[in-house]
Amino acid sequence: MAERLELLVGTRKGLFVLDGDTDRHTWDIRGPLCEGWPIHDTAVEPGTGAILAAGGSNWYGPAIWRSKDRGQTWTHSSEGLTYGDDGPKVATIWNVTPGKDALYAGVEPAGLFRSVDDGRTWSHVEGLTKHPTRPEWQPGNGGLILHSIVPHPSDPDRLWVGISSVGAFETRDGGATWETRNRGVRAGFMPDPYPDFGQCVHKLVMGADGGEHLYQQNHCGVYRSSDGGAHWDEITEGLPSEFGFPMVAHPRDPLSAWVIPLNGADQGRFMPEGRAAVWRTADGGATWQRLGDGLPQEGAYVGVLREAMAIDELEPAGIYFGTSTGQLYGSADEGRTWTRIADNLPAIWSVQAAVVG
Amino acid sequence: MADVHLPGSLVVLFPGAPRRLVADGATVAEVIADLDRQVPGIANRLLDAGPTIRPHINVYVAGVRASLTTAVPADSVVHVIPAVSGGS
Repeated sequence: MAERLELLVGTRKGLFVLDGDTDRHTWDIRGPLCEGWPIHDTAVEPGTGAILAAGGSNWYGPAIWRSKDRGQTWTHSSEGLTYGDDGPKVATIWNVTPGKDALYAGVEPAGLFRSVDDGRTWSHVEGLTKHPTRPEWQPGNGGLILHSIVPHPSDPDRLWVGISSVGAFETRDGGATWETRNRGVRAGFMPDPYPDFGQCVHKLVMGADGGEHLYQQNHCGVYRSSDGGAHWDEITEGLPSEFGFPMVAHPRDPLSAWVIPLNGADQGRFMPEGRAAVWRTADGGATWQRLGDGLPQEGAYVGVLREAMAIDELEPAGIYFGTSTGQLYGSADEGRTWTRIADNLPAIWSVQAAVVG
Repeated sequence: MADVHLPGSLVVLFPGAPRRLVADGATVAEVIADLDRQVPGIANRLLDAGPTIRPHINVYVAGVRASLTTAVPADSVVHVIPAVSGGS
């Protein structure tokens, strides 16, 4: 079968799947799937190719959906997704990420769960919840959520997570113990702007050079680390705003990454001046380039949430983003030119791009 | 034995599950446990940690709103009803 591209678009009212060819010019849309449940994140399981969709119903609680037939039929499970009968209730799931030998799920209130049976059952990664800082974790405006999960590409014992208004953590022993990874990251809203934890990481991603190179979009700027998060360097300079949610890294070039700056945390959280743009660095954050060709350049008072930008693995890489007002845009040339792929969708929570076939 | 009526938005999550079925149990908790034996996974959709009935799910026994400890007399009719929702 010829290769084709699949966009998984998680929305407030279900999952939509867009089937396209590798030219990335025409798309057929299917949905809403997952019975119209809010879908916060999606992933494609390596090996099986199964689609995973994480979210939660206001009535029926959190679950991770799984389809082995490209979204035709689904199962779902939340078995084991619990802190126990005496613990806090899991409100919803914000992230699902395949690791080297397990699936991981990030939930609200913040915690990490792992599945070693393709998502049928889950177990709590207690080491993170037992971190000595846990009693002091405070929710931000969006809740106390674990939203970023970054597995090491070759070492199954290493994993990074990002928690809103708490910061980044790394484990090197498969989740038994964790260390904060926030040195050099600013928390401008705190009395001490460089605390050990309390930074509001918005999105944590890995650069393509073997496992030590991380990027993050934070509430307070954009950062790069070349030592697995032990130290971070701020790379905000050159961007129109320090504030935004999503970030993606190039699948092959460790110096290339994309962000979508919004006008500011307290100014409405939309594209600056109503002019839509994605910004790219090709030199590890030393400089940034505005990419808006084909995007609306007036009246675009739209926002993009943290999981709502994706990059594919084709050459050149394709970039996609969805807005919280239901527009989906794509670029087949690494952001140089853009087209609107879909409109009038429900509010978009997440976008994922997968080469299948 | 209880005559249990399930909402369409719930059974659609379990392809093949009926809208109405018979379940054993002397309490609502036991009836839900029997439902879960017949439709694996359904208890997770109805119950939160605690366990408690999820906040926006209502269970009625013989027309009276019930909790997990409510007795279910023989031949009771049990309705599981999701709360109505406003907005979009």
